[in-house]
Formats: sequence, structure tokens, C-alpha cells
Amino acid sequence: MSLRTIITAKNLSVAYTNRTIWSDANFEISSGKFIAVLGPNGAGKTTLFRLLLGLIPYTSGELSILGGKPKRGNPRVGYVPQRHTIDRDTAIEALEMVRIGLSGNRWGVSLSPEKERQMALESLRIVGAEELAHRPLGKLSGGELQRVFLAEALVSKPDLLLLDEPLANLDIRREKNLIQLASEIVKSQGVTVLLIAHNINPLLPVLDSVMYIVEGKITTGTPNKIFTSEALTKLYGTPIEVLRDSQGRVAVLGIEEELHHHE
Amino acid sequence: MNNPSFSFNIWNDFIHMLGYDFMLHAFCAGTIVAIVAGIIGYFVVIRRSSFAAHALSHIGFTGAAGSVLLGLSPLSGLLTFTVGGGIFMATLDRESENRDVQVGTVLAFLLGLGVLFISLYSGYATEAYSLLFGEILGISSQNVFITLIAGILILCVTAIIYRPLLFTSLDQDVAEARGVPVRMINIIFMILLAAAVSISVQVVGVLLIFALLVTPAAIAQYIARSPMQGIGLSVAISLLVTWFGLFISFYQPYPVSFFITAAVFALYIFVRIIHAIKA
Repeated sequence: MSLRTIITAKNLSVAYTNRTIWSDANFEISSGKFIAVLGPNGAGKTTLFRLLLGLIPYTSGELSILGGKPKRGNPRVGYVPQRHTIDRDTAIEALEMVRIGLSGNRWGVSLSPEKERQMALESLRIVGAEELAHRPLGKLSGGELQRVFLAEALVSKPDLLLLDEPLANLDIRREKNLIQLASEIVKSQGVTVLLIAHNINPLLPVLDSVMYIVEGKITTGTPNKIFTSEALTKLYGTPIEVLRDSQGRVAVLGIEEELHHHE
Repeated sequence: MNNPSFSFNIWNDFIHMLGYDFMLHAFCAGTIVAIVAGIIGYFVVIRRSSFAAHALSHIGFTGAAGSVLLGLSPLSGLLTFTVGGGIFMATLDRESENRDVQVGTVLAFLLGLGVLFISLYSGYATEAYSLLFGEILGISSQNVFITLIAGILILCVTAIIYRPLLFTSLDQDVAEARGVPVRMINIIFMILLAAAVSISVQVVGVLLIFALLVTPAAIAQYIARSPMQGIGLSVAISLLVTWFGLFISFYQPYPVSFFITAAVFALYIFVRIIHAIKA
């Protein structure tokens, strides 16, 4: 699969109610990449997503996404927000939720429900959740719901997938499964995944690059470049240690504590 | 046709009933209202907007009392106040934790105003009673006609915005990102709800609005696997209980609204018990 640039930001700045969130961001993101977006709460990670979705304007600079300006409703950008509230009483099945992601933005009543159901089922298959298709949403676990939302985001065949803290509230095993799944989607669908996370460690084996948003600046690079004690200490302005074990696995110490102070 | 008596031949009884104008009107209006309330109610339940339905019906009470005082038809005041209230509520911030408090505060004031209007009106008791508890058996042919027009309009608009409304109701953040005009959809829905509340008040009154606008849909939501199925079931339940209520009330001197609310409550309890046993 040939790589092409799908997001280009030049001197990009964004503000929320006159307060600058981050500024002068420069980055390029190519297709088929798995990228983690990290940074303390309130640093502007979700703001970056809302910008890419065309939900908020940027204050200065340039932003090109999939060859155009960001625009709301672009079917080539899939989105899984942080909080979904699902009624525990609802008997609506998972397939219907995925289906609404396909045609929910069109007026009127669907004239081809069977075709839509097939496409929704295909999307559930991609996330390995075929067996959930006819289960009521209210009866699904957090991890199962995440898969359904992922399928809902994938059903419009996006080139870019924005996942806002999909790992929150998952236990270690489900966290690992979801990361594995996201990584497989990147490879099999050629989608670029931007994933907001707090804990970098479980993501390290599959990441192509990392975006760090700290103190109003965005730094992008490969995990090897970003994950040095010097680079992180400089970014956070507080001592952070990066350890590598005999198999080259990385552990970052200091960040999680830092992050939890903000929660 | 002097002494109506139950003959166990339900179809014949039914035909006999429709020979009376007031029963024919009641069945026509009741049917339209049940269909509209079943559909709109489903969205009320999946959006968790039942407080809005409750609030709108009470706001409608003041509007109706005001127009009675001015010598106008209660339905016109109901529609004006509920639509106004609906638009106001749609513009309040969905995330705001104080939203219910804000709405409740305005509501209490408006209800107080309603009480004042009713007391200023000489026909105090009967008018207040029918607004609060519904008086479907007294519905005029003109009101049946208005109900029909309102019902058709509500159904048409709902059909047009069906998918964006469903998307917004189930998954507002994603719907917004996918380009659904969620703000506009929310406002349109509140207007639809306002109109549905207004015509439903004729059947069950402002205090019993839940019986038609929430409970049938809540039952449907327990069972239905898809939104279309849910809407179908919700309509079926509200039709069933409305017809049941009208049918019984032909033979009994007690209020229609009682039979409707009792039937829907029994059904609700039944479904919940079945649900609990299965779980």
C-alpha cells in the first residue's frame, strides 16, 4: 500500500473562548498509520479531534485533511467519542446501531434496509464482533460496546479513524484486545488511526508514531525518538524516566502519575 | 339505542357504539392520538426526554386555561404554549446539569399562572377537570378535524427527519460529527413533541400524559430489536389501550382516562415481570 499524506498542519493554532489551547503545530500524517495522541487532561487532545472533524474552527495556520479543508460530515473521517450513554434497558440490537452510522445523516426513511444491514454486518465482521450483531445494546459489556462503536465508525469506510480514549474503563485483557484490533484495522483497511490514550505502555508494540500535546505545543515523532528520558523530561518539564528491558520493550515512568494529578 | 348493553359480540357492540356521534368522534380522535403518541413517544424514551414531555403538558395547561379565559378554544392555547415551551427547552444546553431545575422553576411559575386563569374563569370545575384528566368523550367534530391535520403534519415531518432524528437520539456526538444538524433536529423534535402533547391532552389530560406518550414506548423499548419494530409496537400498544379504554367507558360511568392508564400500567408491569424472569 503506497503511503500518501492525509493530514497536513502548518503553524496551526486553536483557541477555545479566547484562550489558546495549543499553537504553531506542524505535522504530517500518512495513510495506514497507528498514532497515539498523548498529553495531560485539558491539553487539547479532544480539541484536535474536533478540529479534524470540522466541528470547531482553527484560529490561524493551515490544515488540510484528505485533500481538503476539514468539513463536518466527511464520511471519510470516522469518530468514536469518549462517552457514549447507552440505556441499559434498550433492546435495540448492535446491528441497528452500526447501521445508523451508515445512513443516519440522510433524510427520510431507508428504502434499502436489507443492503444496509449487510454492510453493517460486514463492518461488525471487520471488528470481530459478528456474534454481537443481534444482541441488545443494553446487555453488552464495555469492551463489546467499544467494538460496536468501532464498527459504527468504520461502516462509512473512512480513511481516518479518530478514537477518543477507547481504552478507558477496560481491564488489561480487553485493553490489549482492543489495541490489537485497532492495529489489525490499520493494516487490513489501510486506515490511519489516531487514538487518544493515557497509558502509552500497552500501545508501544504497535505504534507508528506518537503525538504529544503538552503546554500548548504538539510534538510528533516515532516512539523511539519521543521516548527518551531527555525528550519527555523536556516536554513535561518534570523528571521522567524511560526504561528499556532486554527485549527492547519500553516503560515510561513518571507520566502516569503526572496525568493522574490532573484527573 | 337507549340502553347500551354489552353483548359479547364485540364487533356488533363496536358498530353500535359508532352509531353515537360522541363515540365516533372519540374513536377517531383517540386513534389519531394513539398513533402519534406511539411514534413520538418512542423517541421520547430513547432520548430520555420524558421530563420534557411532562413539562410541556403542564405548560400546555396554562396555555389552555388562558385561552379558555379569553373565550378561545383550549387547543389553540395548548399548541401555542407547548410549542413555545418546546423551542425554549431545545435551546437549553443539553449537558447542563441544572437544566431540569431551570425547566422546573419556570414550570412551577407557569402552573401557578394556570391556576390563576382557571380561578378567574367562571366555569372553573369542569374545564379544569377536563384539561387535567382529559375528556375525549366530549370532543367536537371541529377538534377531531384539527387533531387529524396536526396528526398528519406530525407524521410527515417525523418521516422526513426520521434517520437524522434517530441518529441524534441514539448517538448525538457521532451524529454531529457526521454532519447531522443536531441543533435543528432537536428543535424540530421539541416542536413535534409539543404538538403531540397538545393533541394527547384531549384524551388523557395533562396529568396523565405519560400513559400515552411514555409508557407504551417504554414497554416497546424493552422488547423491540430495531427502532422500526419499537415504533410499530409502541403504536400498537397505545392503540390497544386507547380502544380498550373507549370501549369499556361506553358501558361504565367511569372516566376513559382511568381505563387507559390502568390498562397501560398493567401491561407495563406484565412486561417488566416477564423481563425480570427472563434475565
